[in-house]
Amino acid sequence: MKRFSTMLGAAMVLLATSTAALSARTDLVLGVVLEPPHLDPTAGAAAAIDEIVYANIFEGLTRIGPSGQVMPALAESWEISEDGKTYTFHLREGVTFHDGTTFDAEDVKFTLERAMAEDSTNAQKSLFAAIETVEVVDAATVTVKLAHPQGSFLYNMGWGDAVIVAPESELENREKPVGTGPFKFHRWAKGSAVTLVANPDYWGEPVALEKVEFRFIPDAAASVTALLSGDVHAFSNMQAGDALPQIEADPRFKVVIGSTEGETILAMNNGKAPFDDIRVRKAISHALDREEIILGATAGNGVPIGSHFSPANEAYVDLTGTYPHDLDKAKELLAEAGLADGFSATLKLPPPPYARDGGEIIASQLREIGIQLEIVPMEWAQWLEQVFSNKDYDLTVISHTEPNDIEIYARDDYYFNYDNPELKSVMAELDRTADPAKRNELYGQAQRIIAEDAVNGFLFQLPKTGVWDARIEGLWENSPIQANDLTKVRWTE
Amino acid sequence: MSLDPVFVPTPKRNFFLRALHNRSFLIGLIVTGSIALMALVSFFWVPYDITRLEVANRMQGISLSHPFGTDHMGRDILSMIMVGSRNSIAVAIVAVGLGMGLGVPLGTWAAARGGLPDDLLMRFNDVIFAFPALISALMITAIFGPGAVNAIIAIGIFNVPVFARIARAGALALWPREFILAARACGKGRLVITIEHILPNIASLLLVQGTIQFALGILAEAGLSYLGLGAQPPMPSWGRMLFDAQTRIALAPHLALFPGLAIAITVLGLNLLGDGLRDLLDPRLRHTR
Amino acid sequence: MIAFLAKRLAVGFATLLASSVIVFFVLEVLPGDPARIMLGMNASPETLAALRLEMGLDRPIPIRYLDWIMGLAIGDFGRSYTYSSTVMDLILERLGVSLPLAVIALTLSTLIAIPVGVFAAARRGRAADTITMGAAQVGVAIPNFWFALLLIYVFAVGLRLVPAGGFPGWGETLADNWQALKALILPAVALALPQAAILARVTRSAMVDVMGEDYIRTARAKGMPHRTVLWRHALRNALIPVLTIMGLQFAFLLAGTIIIENVFYLPGLGRLIFQAIIQRDLIVVEGVLMLLVATIILINLAVDICYALIDPRLRLSR
Repeated sequence: MKRFSTMLGAAMVLLATSTAALSARTDLVLGVVLEPPHLDPTAGAAAAIDEIVYANIFEGLTRIGPSGQVMPALAESWEISEDGKTYTFHLREGVTFHDGTTFDAEDVKFTLERAMAEDSTNAQKSLFAAIETVEVVDAATVTVKLAHPQGSFLYNMGWGDAVIVAPESELENREKPVGTGPFKFHRWAKGSAVTLVANPDYWGEPVALEKVEFRFIPDAAASVTALLSGDVHAFSNMQAGDALPQIEADPRFKVVIGSTEGETILAMNNGKAPFDDIRVRKAISHALDREEIILGATAGNGVPIGSHFSPANEAYVDLTGTYPHDLDKAKELLAEAGLADGFSATLKLPPPPYARDGGEIIASQLREIGIQLEIVPMEWAQWLEQVFSNKDYDLTVISHTEPNDIEIYARDDYYFNYDNPELKSVMAELDRTADPAKRNELYGQAQRIIAEDAVNGFLFQLPKTGVWDARIEGLWENSPIQANDLTKVRWTE
Repeated sequence: MSLDPVFVPTPKRNFFLRALHNRSFLIGLIVTGSIALMALVSFFWVPYDITRLEVANRMQGISLSHPFGTDHMGRDILSMIMVGSRNSIAVAIVAVGLGMGLGVPLGTWAAARGGLPDDLLMRFNDVIFAFPALISALMITAIFGPGAVNAIIAIGIFNVPVFARIARAGALALWPREFILAARACGKGRLVITIEHILPNIASLLLVQGTIQFALGILAEAGLSYLGLGAQPPMPSWGRMLFDAQTRIALAPHLALFPGLAIAITVLGLNLLGDGLRDLLDPRLRHTR
Repeated sequence: MIAFLAKRLAVGFATLLASSVIVFFVLEVLPGDPARIMLGMNASPETLAALRLEMGLDRPIPIRYLDWIMGLAIGDFGRSYTYSSTVMDLILERLGVSLPLAVIALTLSTLIAIPVGVFAAARRGRAADTITMGAAQVGVAIPNFWFALLLIYVFAVGLRLVPAGGFPGWGETLADNWQALKALILPAVALALPQAAILARVTRSAMVDVMGEDYIRTARAKGMPHRTVLWRHALRNALIPVLTIMGLQFAFLLAGTIIIENVFYLPGLGRLIFQAIIQRDLIVVEGVLMLLVATIILINLAVDICYALIDPRLRLSR
């Protein structure tokens, strides 16, 4: 009897797998929050572009993997010279662009020189700043000479802004992107969706999905119902907000809370009184109750941070205890700074819910120590202009979503108006260092310096709320870069 | 003056008697009065301090301690609605006042002068009426930034041609009347006639329209706030409360219920009041109603 | 009549021209640099300057106005800053949502309002009249976006009959189009109800006016059935004010659906202009706004002409 049931079980498993093989779906509808302005990642900073095209349509010399590691892509392998200034890339052969033109060393030279050029519209020109020359050795070999050794060069070449484009299609990429990736652009219904189809001529491992639709659903309420009704199969980062417990309880869905590179901070204008006084900045840091902010702004899913660094990164140092929530201490520090009665300031907030909700809570918390904040909500346009470009602000709440971007604290004229030579020398050394262990140590130093200086109020790491149909596998759990890599995604039944 | 067949000023006693029998007017008055009272009370007392957030208490249902529940920041919704009523009423009243203050002088002036100024004013009205009001209000708040004051300007601008048109039409109908001709014969100037004779006679017309525009102003303010362009936190507004409720509707529908009811009841009260006033003040319409 | 038409047309055209000046110059004062928005946070100043040059933002405003207005005259609305396609294409694409939505909503509201209005007028002063007109009062007072939220709660979240938002787009197959149509049902209902309430009130008062006229009394006196008098004679004559309001409502629906399109997240004209304002895609805002202004002017013109056809006196007095 026992034997019979085992046999039956085995038969059923066999049956199940064989039907699965027959009926596995090959289409996917992925919900994304923002519609991109266009689809050329080499001519715009919008994360929404990379979220569609990265690794799917376009590929670079290298690429960033699911855990943030550098992996070979169009460059099969590379050598670095002794002095760290010359990189020789060996390219994959037999690769074609979606329009049929072949990929070779000339395309690499064209792409890099285009990005470096004076009139380039590449949003991350600093990625290419170290490059001195790009030389074509033969059709499958390129040599890149740098002005100085750069530890992050291979990582930089993996960014969406550094993907390889062809001279034949560079102008059309905004509307009809042509890359070398496993998916081809199919259709863009403005305001609603972008559709990709599998590229049958792909050089690498073929993808399991035939057709992928990126549907734009900026509204949290609409995304919840779109998921529940089955209109959308997956959100790599869902604005589920308070509806998350309901979705988690539903066996049809899988919820994976991962991490992003989004350090969410209460940015302070270090160049403006009274925020130029470290005691005031420390007082504010002590007055913030991260737990309450995380609960109200991310429904409790954010991970607290104590400096400008992702907890998912191996160089992370936990500094959340630097300024514990302590109102008495905060008031004391304010009094020391001569502001015992508090003061008034503005809090300019960009549109995302984490900023608007978080800002409201912060204003309420700072009122406890006598700081009266006037909330000024703004659209991205105004925020970029007033806060980011003109530095005309006191406080703002913002998530910095670029990976490994602690170097912004060493930039001159950045909107924090923070200037510390010690940090600058650490960052300069980091740029020259290639040894991973040494790099991690330098990153640790940098984190400590900005935490000690209480440059900004460090709030939380923006969570990545991955929600998808439980039958789907292969989606990224974390998001070390802004991307929805679908190359390994498949339906299991 | 009392010979005018269109606007017959009714004896006072008679007016109150009829008012007591006009159902629209009575209901409208009671509802509007209650909302105004609620706004007044909120200056002195609200159940909870709405500037203090207690996030841990968020989205509680209806209970004795929070009769309308709490919102996503743990604030008491009843208190939010009470304080929010100040915002709705203030924005709508000032916007209508702005429209009247500019529109009525313009309209009566055009009627008194006639000719080119009149033509120009009417063409100007045409241009403003040709703009979709909400979209234009959106642009105005986009230029000046969101906030209660800019919402007032945005709503007020579209009230100017409404009152200009009504005042002009009312005044035009009066100018050929005998009592005006008599006043002119006495050597009174256009300005004096307008102030002494025209304005008192179109006042009831303006009052009725004012009430209706007030109701429209409340709706417009709610719409702008819903889009995030009205009053800003920590000042609560009914429209934004609805916006905040939308993403949580599956979880806590009561967040959407009460602010919406507050808007609907206020607008309903004002519309009934306006209808009632029209019946009472404009006898011509009494026959058809 | 020809002189009247010519005059009205000239006035309409002048209004349009004046509007274009206002639209263009007001928008150019908007703070926020479109080039900066396209490039995002970490763009360098050189990149920014290059893009501004490419977009033609470095030229003086009057020159750009002339350029733009000449383009409009030949149907060229320019290219969007944020989407790299022409404004015309964007508008046409969005009309695919807004136009059906407006038509469905208006049809729905007419189908509800006219019978209700006629019914109430026929029973003037009785309980049925009081109840329907009371309901209409409530309908006018309800903000349509709140009504939309309630509809979402009941029909999308609760019963899951229709999607709560989004628009799958018109497709090739019948099933695709049914899905698209389904996404428009709730928004159309949310838009239609307050419109129906207004229309019902107008219908009723127009009917009441007409029924006081001598010819209706005569028809009745001749012993015509009540129903025939009501629907054939009275309604036909009451239709002018009703049509006027419907014309205005259509213009409103085409333009004023911003909030509803936001509630349901529909890619219509309203959302296009809302997003364009936010992203400082000025050329799109200008184009859509001019289109809407032109629509409203045209509808007003049509209404004027209708009136003139019915009442010859108006041709002279205006």
